[in-house]
Amino acid sequence: MKKKEKSFRIFIGISILLLFVILLENLSGFIPGLPQIFQPTSPLFTVLKKAAVYSLVAVSMNLLNGFTGLFSLGQAGFMLLGAYTYAILMVPTQMKEQVYYLFGGCAFDFSLLSACEGIFGTGGFGGAAAMILSCLIALLLAGCVSGFFAYLIGIPVLRLKSDYLAIATLGFAEILRAIFQWQKLGRITNGANMIKGFPTFSSFNITNSSGGTVLRLSTFVPFLISALCILVIMLLINSSYGRAFKAIRDDEVAAEAMGINLFRHKMMSFVISSFFAGIGGGLFAMYVANAQAKAFTSVMTYEILLIVVIGGIGSVSGSVLATFLYVACSEWWLRFLDSELYIGAVKVPLLRNGFRMVVFSVVIMVIVLFFSQGIMGDQELNLGALLKKIRVKKERKE
Amino acid sequence: MEYVISVLLSGISVGGQYALIAIGYTLVYGILRLINFAHGDVFMVAGLMGIYFTATMPYSVSIPLVIIITVVLGFVIERAAYKPLRNAPRMSVMISAIGVSYLLQNTATYITGGQPMTYPVIPFLAGTVNVAGTHTKWVVIITPFLVLALVVALNQLINHTKIGMAMRAVSKDFETSRLMGIKINSVISATFIIGSGLAAVGSVLFFTNYPAITPTAGAMPGLKAFVAAVFGGIGSIPGAVIGAFLIGICETIIKGLPSSWDVSVFSDAFTFALLIVILVFKPQGLFGEAATDKV
Amino acid sequence: MGNALHLENVTMQFGGVVSVNNLSLDVPEHKIIALIGPNGAGKTTAFNCITGVYQPTNGLIEFMGRPMVRNHPTGKGLKNYKGENKDMYAHDAPLSPTPDQITGLGIARTFQNIRLWKSMTVFDNVLIAKHQHARQNVFTATFRGNAAEEKRMRDETMELLVEQGLESFKDEPAVSLPYGLQRRLEIARALATSPTLLLLDEPAAGMNPQETNELSDFVRQIRDKYELTVFLIEHHMDLVMNISDYIYVIDFGSEIARGIPKEIQNNQRVIEAYLGVTEE
Repeated sequence: MKKKEKSFRIFIGISILLLFVILLENLSGFIPGLPQIFQPTSPLFTVLKKAAVYSLVAVSMNLLNGFTGLFSLGQAGFMLLGAYTYAILMVPTQMKEQVYYLFGGCAFDFSLLSACEGIFGTGGFGGAAAMILSCLIALLLAGCVSGFFAYLIGIPVLRLKSDYLAIATLGFAEILRAIFQWQKLGRITNGANMIKGFPTFSSFNITNSSGGTVLRLSTFVPFLISALCILVIMLLINSSYGRAFKAIRDDEVAAEAMGINLFRHKMMSFVISSFFAGIGGGLFAMYVANAQAKAFTSVMTYEILLIVVIGGIGSVSGSVLATFLYVACSEWWLRFLDSELYIGAVKVPLLRNGFRMVVFSVVIMVIVLFFSQGIMGDQELNLGALLKKIRVKKERKE
Repeated sequence: MEYVISVLLSGISVGGQYALIAIGYTLVYGILRLINFAHGDVFMVAGLMGIYFTATMPYSVSIPLVIIITVVLGFVIERAAYKPLRNAPRMSVMISAIGVSYLLQNTATYITGGQPMTYPVIPFLAGTVNVAGTHTKWVVIITPFLVLALVVALNQLINHTKIGMAMRAVSKDFETSRLMGIKINSVISATFIIGSGLAAVGSVLFFTNYPAITPTAGAMPGLKAFVAAVFGGIGSIPGAVIGAFLIGICETIIKGLPSSWDVSVFSDAFTFALLIVILVFKPQGLFGEAATDKV
Repeated sequence: MGNALHLENVTMQFGGVVSVNNLSLDVPEHKIIALIGPNGAGKTTAFNCITGVYQPTNGLIEFMGRPMVRNHPTGKGLKNYKGENKDMYAHDAPLSPTPDQITGLGIARTFQNIRLWKSMTVFDNVLIAKHQHARQNVFTATFRGNAAEEKRMRDETMELLVEQGLESFKDEPAVSLPYGLQRRLEIARALATSPTLLLLDEPAAGMNPQETNELSDFVRQIRDKYELTVFLIEHHMDLVMNISDYIYVIDFGSEIARGIPKEIQNNQRVIEAYLGVTEE
């Protein structure tokens, strides 16, 4: 009974959040003359979109590093697989010639989007249905491809000890990046060039016949998909399997002695984590509107790892919170550090291009060294308990 | 034939430069069981300092100064970022190392403005010489000999001095050594000092042969050097050196293959493939000792 | 009644050190059997061979009359092998199940240096041990298709906790329990895997005399209730003599005596092994 109530509350909470996002991004359309921050071009929406994508990847990494105790650094590699799977499947047939012009066309003639449009039509509701359906299938396939590669990679590397596992997964990500940049595979991967022309988040904005935007959904879509995926990960973590993962993290020898098959459960966690990283990669491709191997470097993995650490290793809500803070700081709030600033005639010292990242990495080091629990430790955010605390405080004051 | 010789020569020289970095990894791992992800970036910082110092000072001053400051940097990193986490889980220390690497790269981007910087032409090292019909830089010839000399010296240090003995003891058993009155922190500092010093020497040799330094220029040689250390058996200095030479040679061979095959993108990937093969089939490396865990 | 566990010529050699040497013993069903010996005699190593943590270098282990673990030295290991009977098992294929497979067969254990999942609650510690035998897969578990199974697991866990007197601590982290209760929790966790053979590695270590006294009654109780066979390592002689039906004594990996408690108490070699030999 109590449990049902709790899941109902979570459902309501997520629905409210999603409705709020839709409202926020359409505010400028309803009420003209709002400040710049509510306009679709404002950094607010860039941050929201990117953070929605990254939070899924961070949570998927936390599933592996925080809940199963497997220190893997392959996240960027699995995102790469997801991004390319999505991109290759979703470039419309008629665009392929143009995208792959350096290689004289694409060896892979099938386009999921065009196939779906063939069934539902291209305009109106049929077009929308075709796009939504093909996009969902492509993202699922992106996850599956990623998960499948994780399975193959997992067979040799999951037997390794913590730090060797880290370096081996990092190595696999680098190998994947090299393969996807190989010119010989250019007719599929477009070599070192980017693949573009596929539907992005803004393709989900609803327009009228004259091309004007009726309803913006470009921030809502990544929120919706990420929220659903994170919800599934949370369900997994709170299930019998999630408990088994935590047992492996706390003490492998005891876990094995209590009947938990180490290899099978580590593999499960690795494949599921990579599945969601793959979906995250597909979303990332939609966010940046292209797929290019050189974006998915180990620096990207480090960034996600640091987000997980800031949020608290072993806390899903911590990872999500930390992602939004991290992305907002790096893309928006600390931007001013990058531009030269004059107060009167005096130039403020140090401020110039690149200073933001220096400050940022110092902050991260301080967190790593002095607040190693991160924002949430291994606790979950509990709005109910938080509200109760506030209420109690208020009552005391009165 | 001449082509083969020139590929081999440059392979040996790249390998020697990796060896100098790999020793730093293998020493630190042997003692702290930590993959010091920041080591490659220390190497990059040494390269950048080489550029800035030689611009204002004569080589006889600037190059020793580069080595000294790099050593200080290595020492400070250990004291500031790793020492406070001595009793923390190993994952935390590794994360701290990644944080340091991130900080060094971002600081380098800030200082250089993100532009690739050209390494100065150091007169003697960059001069050309004719070996078996191929023109090559002096640095290519000097590197292997210098590496061998340094390794021999290091070997003497580790096997015949008090601090060397302490280092061997700590790498065998951290806790017991502490109980026996070995000053763990000074041993660890010594390790970082030696590692950073060798990385600084390596940077002078490596970047003389390289067109430019970017803030991420240390990451890849660093990872490769780590692979070399694993290949040779982590903790073993001769192992790291042999591993580094092998990786250097393989890499230049791959880069030197006909361009129609277009496999040069795999010169980095190859190293990692080698790593995975080694980890799966002989995890203790060529010269490492197998360890058993006590339950 | 047959033997629950049967060890035959089990030898475990690490490099040049023989930790367990040609050990043969029987643990009959529904009995309480003790394995004793001075520190470093190889008792825990023997347990680790039985539970699959180590693969013995040579020998055979049968569980419920079926071969479970079997090995013989080969290659380089054969050249350095210092034990006996090296050819005895050479014609049979080696068997080396993993610890979780062995637990699945019905052997559960506790650890000498308590290995609970420290950050997790007392309740979860027991609940996780039920994971292996639950009828579910990762999809049904994630999407809550296993509600009935999950409820059964939770109910059974609660039962075990009540029986151990741990129910009031159920939401505490395991690490916050006092030492004696941590040992009890380890036993509860082992019972949760539904074993037929329970291996206890020094269950009384760190307990006070009163707790130790309670322990021997308790071990008998659970043996009767769950129809268990108990095989234990213990240093606490009062407990061993009080509880055991039969005792094996090992020193330097080899058996030096076997018998009922009374025989062991008066055995000269056992006394020497524990107290040292006075040389003339």
